[in-house]
Amino acid sequence: MNQRMQTTMLSRVADSLYWMSRYLERAEHTARLIDVDFQLRLDQSPEAGSDRWWRLLEALHAPVPADGKIDAATLTYILTLDKTNSSSIISCVTSARENLRQVREQCSSEMWEQLNRLYLQVNSTTSNEAWLLQSYAFFRAVREGAHLFQGVTDSRMSHGEGWQYIQLGRYVERTDALARLIGAYFRRLPCLPDQAAESEEYLEWVGLLKSCAAFEAYCKRYTAELRPLRVAEFLLLNPEFPHSVRFCVDKVHAALIAIAELTERKQDLPVRLAGRLQATLSFSQIDEIMASGANTYVESVRQQCSQAHTAIHQIYFDYPVESALTQ
Amino acid sequence: MPLPESARSLFRPPFRNYQFDAAYDEMFQAPGVPRPHYQALFQTLLELPPEEMRKSQQAADLSFLHQGITFTVYGNDEGTERVFPNDLLPRIIPHHEWRKIESGLTQRIAALNLFLEDVYHRGRILADGIVPRELVYSCRHFRREMRNLTVPRGIYVSICGTDLVRLPDGSFAVLEDNLRVPSGVSYMLANRKVLKKVFPTLFRDYGVCPIDHYAQALLATLRALSPASSTSRHEPTVVLLTPGVFNSAYFEHTFLAQQMGIELVEGRDLLVHDNVVYMRTTAGLKRVDVIYRRVDDDFLDPLCFRRDSGLGVPGLFNAYRAGNVAMANAVGTGVADDKALYAYVPAIIRYYLGEEPVIANVETYLLTDRSQRNYVLEHLDELVVKAVGESGGYGMLIGPHSTAEQREDFRQRIQAEPRNYIAQPTLSLSRAPCFLEGEAQARHVDLRPYILYGENVTLVPGGLTRVALRRGSLVVNSSQGGGSKDTWVLRA
Repeated sequence: MNQRMQTTMLSRVADSLYWMSRYLERAEHTARLIDVDFQLRLDQSPEAGSDRWWRLLEALHAPVPADGKIDAATLTYILTLDKTNSSSIISCVTSARENLRQVREQCSSEMWEQLNRLYLQVNSTTSNEAWLLQSYAFFRAVREGAHLFQGVTDSRMSHGEGWQYIQLGRYVERTDALARLIGAYFRRLPCLPDQAAESEEYLEWVGLLKSCAAFEAYCKRYTAELRPLRVAEFLLLNPEFPHSVRFCVDKVHAALIAIAELTERKQDLPVRLAGRLQATLSFSQIDEIMASGANTYVESVRQQCSQAHTAIHQIYFDYPVESALTQ
Repeated sequence: MPLPESARSLFRPPFRNYQFDAAYDEMFQAPGVPRPHYQALFQTLLELPPEEMRKSQQAADLSFLHQGITFTVYGNDEGTERVFPNDLLPRIIPHHEWRKIESGLTQRIAALNLFLEDVYHRGRILADGIVPRELVYSCRHFRREMRNLTVPRGIYVSICGTDLVRLPDGSFAVLEDNLRVPSGVSYMLANRKVLKKVFPTLFRDYGVCPIDHYAQALLATLRALSPASSTSRHEPTVVLLTPGVFNSAYFEHTFLAQQMGIELVEGRDLLVHDNVVYMRTTAGLKRVDVIYRRVDDDFLDPLCFRRDSGLGVPGLFNAYRAGNVAMANAVGTGVADDKALYAYVPAIIRYYLGEEPVIANVETYLLTDRSQRNYVLEHLDELVVKAVGESGGYGMLIGPHSTAEQREDFRQRIQAEPRNYIAQPTLSLSRAPCFLEGEAQARHVDLRPYILYGENVTLVPGGLTRVALRRGSLVVNSSQGGGSKDTWVLRA
């Protein structure tokens, strides 16, 4: 017998949970990227660093300064505390909290407290010279805050429909962010895929792996010898690592199947789109991907991911009234 | 003459500075002599170290803050959230007094519902000259749209919060009826939860009537309104309509929705199609049968009432008129809690029920009447003047506590719009001990019981006792420095 209760979830509530989760994931991702960049910069010549900044801006889809000049301080400010940049850490955390505030009765009080605390902490930070040097602690706080929230959510909230939207938001966001990041590297960094990278280049690939929190996991799988091909294989196709594209798409697919069952919707477009992407990733060969260009491949991943996002919106959050009445 | 033993104890902490005046004291029948039903609390307080009480108070305040039991104060630059102050000393009401309150309020809600039904249909009471026609038609809350509209079970007011005060002679009187969207019930429930933790033994020994079934009773009341067209389906869908996060009572809305297990919706979650109301869910549109709306009439439906309302649902009123959705309270109930109409409530009770009112009204001057108006204008420094359509302690002049400037301001306002104001004698509200600054101090209190009217009338024993926390203040509203305390109605 089916033990699942047919429950009601308002579209607005689902939408808020989804976006809350996306914003928080985005904040965490941004914090990780800047933090890694900050660490790498210490080991590198200034020119190499400046190249990476452009990559960073591209990977984070951040606004390029009007005068086309960037330096460490400006870049860090734009990506962290700049309220006019809608994808800065402070903007993301604020948006996440705002979304959760409107559906407070749907989440556990621990979840609210955790996110509220992170929000208060981020908002009490003022940007100045001293802070820039100490920003390590700030990024750490953001990442830990996001991890704590995820832990509290998983252990305190029923893993019902609402929780599935939180999962969905997190992994849709992560898929897109990873694909964008990997694309930026393979587009901007010339490489010989199947040779071990050396010196400056080596550092760059370490940077990419660390930006995906994947350096240690990669070494376990392939040893410390870094080959662009293997890096790409690990980050794109590994089914077990939580920051690989394949893993994220699996999660998106699973959440969509659960939601389709819970809502008993006959329209299965989101599930089919995510399923198709999942199939592509599970049957792709890395040498084929590299032959036709890794950035072309991730571009197509991003496109399919965005189609799934649009379908989720159209089916669950913002459907036209006419279609709902004829069902 | 030597003081009796109990009177001497009066001068022991925490009652060392306890003040008496002409007002009725809820705890003491004479200085130092507690009323029988307060004896046990009195004894407990004498034995309890003040330090202990202070700790409990801190713990209670913190728990309110963490749970976010707050309200928003309007009129500041941005809505400021504040914790609603809670006082730890319970207000105790003996069983026989409660019985009288219960029958008086049951009588009152019955009569007011008959009045609304009459006013929006045949208007017998107007034709018979009991209530002046112009008083009803000039009321800002009279809704022409409701004429000849039949509401489920003929119930207009399903949820009512009536403000009672105790006069110096110990009798209760009705100060005002709140028939639109009365709030505060969540504080009543939250106070009880805290008090049970602070005084578990005392609470048990006192034999206090429980109130925890309020949410369930409210749900049953709302379900009883479900329109006939939806009875074929087994369970009516009930939702709570909130204006949103920025409303002062948003906490209460989330709390009640959660307690009843119903959806908390905003206007944008609802839509009307073919005169049927739906909510937008992830599983598609779901039909809504009953709306517990915490949105004022004006903002319900931009097609019918205020066009600039972004909170409402276009077409809602047509669905309501078609009988496809019920609303609690009905639209247009404000005509019966107009402060000028209030003066006629005793006559209304006699007219429809043929009974004498169980609970009296407070003497009220109608300023549309020339001689009453002249009297009021001459005695502004003694009276309380209230705007008829306001609530929450806004738009009020308390004569004895006012400045000449304020009185002049009200004089002009009354002369410009006499229909807009009423006056009442300044009442000496009863006083009850509150734990303030580490000791018991007397403060003025009122009582707002909540009455539910569905299949039958339900009063959850007790209500919200509001306290004017500022020394000497007579205003108990949360927006004006008021707080609240738990109300214990005794089983026997």
